[in-house]
Amino acid sequence: MGFQEVIDADGRIEPRDEMPEGYRKTLIRQIAQHAHSEIIGMQPEGNWITRAPSLRRKAILVAKVQDEAGHGLYLYSAAETLGVDRDDLMDLLHSGRQKYSTIFNYPATSWADVAAIGWLVDGAAIMNQVPLTRCSYGPYARAMTRVCKEESFHQRQGFEAMTVLSNGTPAQRVMAQEALDRWWWPALMMFGPSDTESPNSAQSMAWGIKRFSNDELRQRFVDATVPQAEYLGLTIPDPALSWGGDHHCFGEIDWTEFFEVMKGNGPCNRQRMAFRVAAHEDGAWVREAAAAYAAKQSEQVA
Amino acid sequence: MLWEVFVRSKRGLSHTHVGSLHAADAHLALRNARDLYTRRQEGVSIWVVPAADIVASSPDEKDAFFDPAGDKVYRHPTFYDVPEGLTHL
Repeated sequence: MGFQEVIDADGRIEPRDEMPEGYRKTLIRQIAQHAHSEIIGMQPEGNWITRAPSLRRKAILVAKVQDEAGHGLYLYSAAETLGVDRDDLMDLLHSGRQKYSTIFNYPATSWADVAAIGWLVDGAAIMNQVPLTRCSYGPYARAMTRVCKEESFHQRQGFEAMTVLSNGTPAQRVMAQEALDRWWWPALMMFGPSDTESPNSAQSMAWGIKRFSNDELRQRFVDATVPQAEYLGLTIPDPALSWGGDHHCFGEIDWTEFFEVMKGNGPCNRQRMAFRVAAHEDGAWVREAAAAYAAKQSEQVA
Repeated sequence: MLWEVFVRSKRGLSHTHVGSLHAADAHLALRNARDLYTRRQEGVSIWVVPAADIVASSPDEKDAFFDPAGDKVYRHPTFYDVPEGLTHL
């Protein structure tokens, strides 16, 4: 079966199958940027590990941040099956030639932000990622299956932490509301530009990489999240939010902000990249030592 | 160096391919595999194999390669009629 026949039959493409160059390139870019997002995403929450309010919360947060590292590694491995080298992908990230999700360029300014990130950012990520488990490219789909299983814990621990804050002291309730105010709109932006502004979407849909449009997924997220905010007794910061009969209507997203953050002008873009590059450079001696040890061992065997 | 990872999820089942990872040597590959693929008790045993050492059939020739089995339906028990009322056949 040729590429198009497999796609038409809703089958899966595997690494050594023939595939159009555009399909390969689109996947490499998408999977790499997804991987970059996972490892950059360790930073906003990683900053809170030492300040988690209890040992229980700290253990949970360590596990979550470790999962994000793991998700990055699953995804880099999936990208490599398309014939790219891991080091080259890291270079593309570090030199700013490949992007990561705009959401991680916002700061986590209070403990409630950590809770809101789990609830909203991981909630939005799940909405995006569940359809990717049916992506036409096998290794990406399989990586997403693992990611989604783990992501569910991330969202629930965040919602639980929000519940505790919302039912806490008046000061804690204020913290929870402010975190929702800060993260709501950036979370909606995670689904990407509106369908009319998303030039590559149609081709990705035709290739079975994308299963639903950005706006469809965004709508699902709003519909799923509004009742959760009501349960928490918090107010979603959108005066235009209303029930439209079978879905929630919501206000216009500030796309200027989205594109500014995308271009590198968000609150934390420079900090995130500087931290990532420094971590990579500071870890160089570990990689060199491991390689030197492995070389020495194999010499002794030979 | 790229390694392919296989995990036995519990005793009595075979090792199954779960993904790949980078490591300088086999010892580190095993430790990385434990941290990456068994954070939630997904396994009781791990194999790691250098990806370069795996010999695979080629997808280009898969039709010809697997063709010989295509016309041998008599290898399946469902090929045979079983008289009604008889059991243990």
